[in-house]
Amino acid sequence: MSDKKEEGTVEEPLDLIRLSLDERIFVKMRQDRELKGKLHAYDQHLNMILSDVEETIKVVEKDEETDEEIVKSIKRNIKMLFIRGDGVILINF
Amino acid sequence: MLFYSFYKTLVGKEITVELKNDLSITGLLQSVDQFLNIKLKDIKINEEQKYPYMLSVRNCFIRGSVVRYVHLPAEDVDVETLQDHSRLEAREQKKMQQMQQQQQQQSSK
Repeated sequence: MSDKKEEGTVEEPLDLIRLSLDERIFVKMRQDRELKGKLHAYDQHLNMILSDVEETIKVVEKDEETDEEIVKSIKRNIKMLFIRGDGVILINF
Repeated sequence: MLFYSFYKTLVGKEITVELKNDLSITGLLQSVDQFLNIKLKDIKINEEQKYPYMLSVRNCFIRGSVVRYVHLPAEDVDVETLQDHSRLEAREQKKMQQMQQQQQQQSSK
């Protein structure tokens, strides 16, 4: 393995996340939660700090009368958010 | 250690901790440790009527592993330094990995 570590090279998955610093990313979380925001920090656990975050939560509601399942999405915006890595499923750049 | 150091810079500031059971607690950050356990003081529950048993709680200790999100005061977060520190830590991490690999190779010879 070479000692030279160029900023642009991708050797392992975490390098892809490093290259997304200061870019908008999409994060899929447990419990049908999705986040879009600008990445500012991350670590090896996938703890992250995102800014200007839009969170979408999908909630399934069952209609009492017709037994129909209605999928509702709830959106909210957060200026600056820390995300604990253990809830992360995937990251899309 | 990046986020541990980061949280230490936020001590005394107001943050909102959202737990995995949907409880949201706003309070002043009192202290933090390496597991990102958090101590809050002067806390307020965001949906008080839903959690009446929390009414009398003023200070609390939150185990790091039950945290889902932490809402941060944007004006107290320096994104430039965060990005620099993330890159630095990624590099350190790789160095450590390489050293460990070398040690393993040497010991298996």
